Amino acid sequence: MKFGVVMFPGSNCDHDTYHVISKVIGQPVDFIWHRQNTVADCDAVILPGGFSYGDYLRTGAIARFSPVMGAVKEFASRGGLVMGICNGFQILCEAGLLPGALLRNKNLRFICDHINIRVEATDTPYTNRCQRGQVLSVPIAHGDGNYFCDAETLAELQRENRIIFRYSDANGNLSADANPNGSLDNIAGICNRERNVLGMMPHPERASEQLLGSSDGRIIFYSLADTLAELAKAS
Amino acid sequence: MKAKIYVTLKPSVLDPQGKAIHHAVETIGYRGIEDVRQGKYFIVTVDGSLSPDEARAEVERLARDVLANPIIEDFRVELDSDS
Repeated sequence: MKFGVVMFPGSNCDHDTYHVISKVIGQPVDFIWHRQNTVADCDAVILPGGFSYGDYLRTGAIARFSPVMGAVKEFASRGGLVMGICNGFQILCEAGLLPGALLRNKNLRFICDHINIRVEATDTPYTNRCQRGQVLSVPIAHGDGNYFCDAETLAELQRENRIIFRYSDANGNLSADANPNGSLDNIAGICNRERNVLGMMPHPERASEQLLGSSDGRIIFYSLADTLAELAKAS
Repeated sequence: MKAKIYVTLKPSVLDPQGKAIHHAVETIGYRGIEDVRQGKYFIVTVDGSLSPDEARAEVERLARDVLANPIIEDFRVELDSDS
């Protein structure tokens, strides 16, 4: 199995993500330069955090037109696993691979802090090792993490159980205080209908080694690795 | 030919920057300001290779597909041939 981490001009969490997959999870991983028009032999593609194209125009608005995104869309349409972290989530929304949009944080501040997210669904390739209701301590670092969608889309996400992570307190309560950026329904991460594409604002790659304050995030990468191992066995 | 494109958040979308500006101007002492919404303004210069109709179509496509995010923004296009 092989992971791919896309690099856009301005991505800055690409190396952290590569490091976690390579050294913590122990799986083969390659960088995918944004100008490639293929995801090559990668079985899972990660769009990392950062400030692709300086967040010019809108966050992720220009990256979604990078040559690699055609290949990413095609890969996703075939059921390929695509995960967007922070700026990656913003790019997936701009590209239409996930619904909704990420707006400026409600309090207008860039927030760099450890927060808690509650796992809402475990029937995804990203959370199959988790328990429902499990609370993960992970950092956020964003100015535009306020998830928004219209009422119809929100109802659909809820009905189809596609809200995968919600901001919560340490005990798993979905309070307004626990919501750092004003996101609708405390949404921190969602998936597409087919459940192969995930976007999340928090940074699990920054919470994969206890040395950095939390290793709660690595369960997401382990879940992904498990899924790829199952897929490899099946084929 | 120049096209002016105005991009604004849809009325249903929270605009914290607009609100911040509104609060600030009230503090400064402006009276009677009910609301402030912040948007974007683009000036797109089109070369002579397109007819006015082609230019309008091209600029509207640019506005819809790139300059605005239709999920959260509305846009309006004005061509200087309109005036």
